[in-house]
Amino acid sequence: MTEMETMAWFHACSVEDVPSNGGVCVKYGEEQIALYHFTRRNEWYATQNECPHRRQMALSRGMIGSQNDVPKVACPFHKKTFSLVTGECLNDDECSIRTYPVKIEGGHVFIGVEGIV
Amino acid sequence: MRVVVVGNGMVGYKFCEKLVAKNTHGQFELTVFGEESRPAYDRVHLSEFFSGKSAEDLSMASADWYFSNNIQLHLGDPVQKIDRDRKTVYSHKGLEVHYDYLVLATGSSAFVPPIPGVEKNGVFIYRTIEDLELMKAWAGRAKKGTVIGGGLLGLEAAKALLDLGIADTSVIEFAPRLMPRQVDELGSQLLQSKLEALGLTIYTAKNTSAILGEEAITGLSFADGSILESDMLVISAGIKPRDELAKAAGLLTGPRGGIVVNDLLQTSDPDIYAIGECALHNEMIYGLVAPGYEMAEVVVGQLTDSEKAFTGFDMSTKLKLIGVDVASFGNPFINDGETRTIVFNDGINGVYKRVNISADGKQLLGGILVGDAEQYNMLLQTCKNKIVLPPNPEDIILGARGGESQEAGVLSLPDDAYICSCESVTKGAICKAVEDGEETVDAIKKCTKAGTGCGGCLPMIKDLVNHTLKAQGKYIRNVICEHFHYSRQELYDLVKLHELKSYEDVLNKLGTGDGCELCKPSVASILASLWNEMILKKGNDTAQDSNDRFLANIQKGGTYSVVPRIPGGEITPDKLIVIGQVAKKYHLYTKITGGQRIDLFGAHLSDLPLIWEELIEAGFESGHAYGKALRTVKSCVGSTWCRFGLHDSVSFAIRVEERYRGLRAPHKIKSAVSGCIRECAEAQSKDFGIIATEKGWNLYVCGNGGSKPQHALLLATDLDEETCIRFIDRFLMFYIKTADPLTRTATWLNKMEGGIDYLRNVVVNDSLGIAAKLEEEMQLLVDSYKCEWKEAIENPEIRKRFNHFVNAPEEKDPSIAFEEMREQKRAKEWK
Ligand code: SRM
Ligand SMILES: Cc1cc2nc3c(=O)[nH]c(=O)nc-3n(C[C@H](O)[C@H](O)[C@H](O)COP(=O)(O)OP(=O)(O)OC[C@H]3O[C@@H](n4cnc5c(N)ncnc54)[C@H](O)[C@@H]3O)c2cc1C
Ligand code: SF4
Ligand code: FES
Repeated sequence: MTEMETMAWFHACSVEDVPSNGGVCVKYGEEQIALYHFTRRNEWYATQNECPHRRQMALSRGMIGSQNDVPKVACPFHKKTFSLVTGECLNDDECSIRTYPVKIEGGHVFIGVEGIV
Repeated sequence: MRVVVVGNGMVGYKFCEKLVAKNTHGQFELTVFGEESRPAYDRVHLSEFFSGKSAEDLSMASADWYFSNNIQLHLGDPVQKIDRDRKTVYSHKGLEVHYDYLVLATGSSAFVPPIPGVEKNGVFIYRTIEDLELMKAWAGRAKKGTVIGGGLLGLEAAKALLDLGIADTSVIEFAPRLMPRQVDELGSQLLQSKLEALGLTIYTAKNTSAILGEEAITGLSFADGSILESDMLVISAGIKPRDELAKAAGLLTGPRGGIVVNDLLQTSDPDIYAIGECALHNEMIYGLVAPGYEMAEVVVGQLTDSEKAFTGFDMSTKLKLIGVDVASFGNPFINDGETRTIVFNDGINGVYKRVNISADGKQLLGGILVGDAEQYNMLLQTCKNKIVLPPNPEDIILGARGGESQEAGVLSLPDDAYICSCESVTKGAICKAVEDGEETVDAIKKCTKAGTGCGGCLPMIKDLVNHTLKAQGKYIRNVICEHFHYSRQELYDLVKLHELKSYEDVLNKLGTGDGCELCKPSVASILASLWNEMILKKGNDTAQDSNDRFLANIQKGGTYSVVPRIPGGEITPDKLIVIGQVAKKYHLYTKITGGQRIDLFGAHLSDLPLIWEELIEAGFESGHAYGKALRTVKSCVGSTWCRFGLHDSVSFAIRVEERYRGLRAPHKIKSAVSGCIRECAEAQSKDFGIIATEKGWNLYVCGNGGSKPQHALLLATDLDEETCIRFIDRFLMFYIKTADPLTRTATWLNKMEGGIDYLRNVVVNDSLGIAAKLEEEMQLLVDSYKCEWKEAIENPEIRKRFNHFVNAPEEKDPSIAFEEMREQKRAKEWK
């Protein structure tokens, strides 16, 4: 069985709810997930919304971009940047963030929240 | 092989870091005992705990780091006994751990002289975060503070007391002058006067005989019979190596403390090493972090593959006393008749420099810098590497003759010269890293660790990076980031030439990759300065800096502030009432700002459009407090009411503010208009300031408040209003076109060749023949101004973005929390 098949998918919003090359915050139970549409690369990403630096619910409002081709998001508070792929902090910090898989079906965005990871 | 480390301070941590790097086959099992409850933190920058850094900020590595590197870390659990026969340590909590090698990194504690009364409440030492927390808790009720000890740490502690709000702080030094071990008589005098200017009271040659008071301290008495009232005391009279554990285990210790080690840093038991401030090498305790790191390196070498030995270390230091530069290096004092000493003593500007030079004038032997220590690193390396001095050795301190000299200096260093002493990184290693493709200072920091300690070497690293790139034939420019190989000025011209209007178009045409948080706001600002279109126009919205994207300043906790424009600071009672009503309705904290207007803090993202709707209805518009744009034009009341006023400064300020409102620039722009030379509007601290004269207005430019205040310079005198406006048009447009990103006008001018004279030629005398064009471009921007908040609330697509949850638009961010304070709310303190 592949990872995809056992994943629980959560319906977040529709594609046009997310600004191009930007993020939105999705409520999943008590959790907050940041969802990004990297239109330029035709890619979707999701991470925790909380920035681990000062624990601010802010990553969805950050600017996205790339560093040596690694897609990343910059926290609006103190500009710490995180890889959207691995969640690791790119400014040589110890902290990292959780990432989630995203899939698009029929104009809707789904975030993979549970299952075999 | 099991290695046990006793002590998780700076050096103990560095040892772990270095051993982990060599532990590629998992051959070492590492166990660390620390007495303090926190993992190792940066003690060198301990004082920053008082200027806002948290314990977490100071941390060298998180507990996770130890975990993921398989290090057993026992905190709050000091080792109490070493059984050398069984090669086992016993901890306070009862752990028994066997070792093959034991590393003692127990550091030192503050030396407390046996003065009667040291046990009283309100008497502190200055060594750990706990000490600082205790001081902080006590300082609230203290009015008069005293520090015993006028050395490096004592002076730092004194500054900390000032930072804690104890304005009346004294320093007591036993020796006849401050910092007797690092600085000479003249240098000390200057240092003392600088510290006095900071508000400290300094007593030298004073011997404390008792600490007065019942339970808590009330004062100090001295051998000369005098008494000083004081309700808080910090003792910083030196350090005492922590050798008690070693001593009890029968290891050899020095008569005045310290665990005796040889050149391999072995104690008298070859399986036990001692490193850092607890080690006594050649009768010397090294009370600095760099030699400790070097010791860690030597022991890691011993345990792995290297034969390196510790042969002593340079004790040069640069102090990070906030507000006063002091450094001493090599042998600062020699005065043996053979050597030559050059002294530069500038009493007016408070700069003292001394260098000691060999008799043949070829070598630098040591020196002292007070008041300006910029050349410290260069001089230190010149001294350590025995670099032959120029024919006029005084150049090395009088130097700074053109920017070249410093760079030439770094280049003359040999490859094995240490550039970063904290992390022992050589010039060769840095140049090699650049050649291997690490082409920015940040990349160098990350890959070599150079510059991550005290940071003093960063300018040299920058020079080395630039030079090495140049040597490889790469052309160095102030490029914006990895995505645009242009300077801001070039980009501005190209965007204009190609008439590009969105971030995507600019990136496609002129850049590479996908952009980032550096180029996006810079390009967005250029687009706004050129075309003045609504900044949240689709495609440009997500290229805006976060504050611009939501047309408000984000704050601690995630709420926003609302700042309506109040031109010139003039406001009607009706409008004041509206602000009050809106603030009450949306539960906002209100404060008069330093810019003569009112800020409403603590707004939820989704309330912003509602709040602005009401404000706009009442005739307000955006104040652009969030943008790199015109902020405020402050005014004094001027001739309409003031008995000295020469002209109507309020009317002129309103006119100026309304003309340039919404103007986007490389950085924010501020202005002020004063009605006479008494200057109540503080116009000379602004990017452009206007002061009334008998005959008209004087125009000042390129002033700045902020962390590096700079007075504005006079550009033109006795102008009529129209000419004044024309000159401002030209000045601002010229700035917008040519400045680097995030450069205020003051810094822009400082970098401009020819300085204010050149600028005056361009703006007043039109030396470049562009004045008419600049005015025309400005007029275009003035004519196309619209209030962006008005546009935002009228556009449903944009309004939609002001919700916290995309899938629950009616809900607010539940993590936002407030506290009560003086009948208003405030953001809850973050962790
Ligand atoms: C609200 C206010 C403080 C107050 O309560 O009085 C303030 C608040 C902030 N200032 Fe300021 N500054 C305020 C007047 C000033 C002044 C005084 C003045 O304008 O006369 C100065 C010194 C003058 C100057 O700029 O030259 C000032 C120098 C700064 C600086 C340093 C600029 C520099 O060139 O060094 C920053 C940092 C920056 O811009 O990079 C800054 C940044 C900030 C930021 C934006 C920090 C941030 O990024 O969050 C603060 C936003 C608070 C918020 O959430 O709204 N603030 N700030 C003042 C708003 C004035 C207004 O009505 O717009
Ligand atoms: C305010 C201040 C400013 C300073 N500024 C500078 C500066 O500008 N430049 C500079 O080079 N140096 C500076 N120093 C000195 C520098 O901090 C020290 O040289 C450095 O911390 C020494 O590291 P260490 O690991 O040897 O000792 P420490 O950092 O003191 O660490 C020793 C640790 O071992 C623990 N320990 C002791 N006994 C035991 C035991 N039995 N079991 C378990 N744990 C134990 C201690 O609790 C402590 O946590 C400054 C120091 C202070 C206090
Ligand atoms: S308002 Fe200005 S001075 Fe005050 S804390 Fe914020 S940035 Fe610093
Ligand atoms: S809170 Fe995110 S960088 Fe500080």
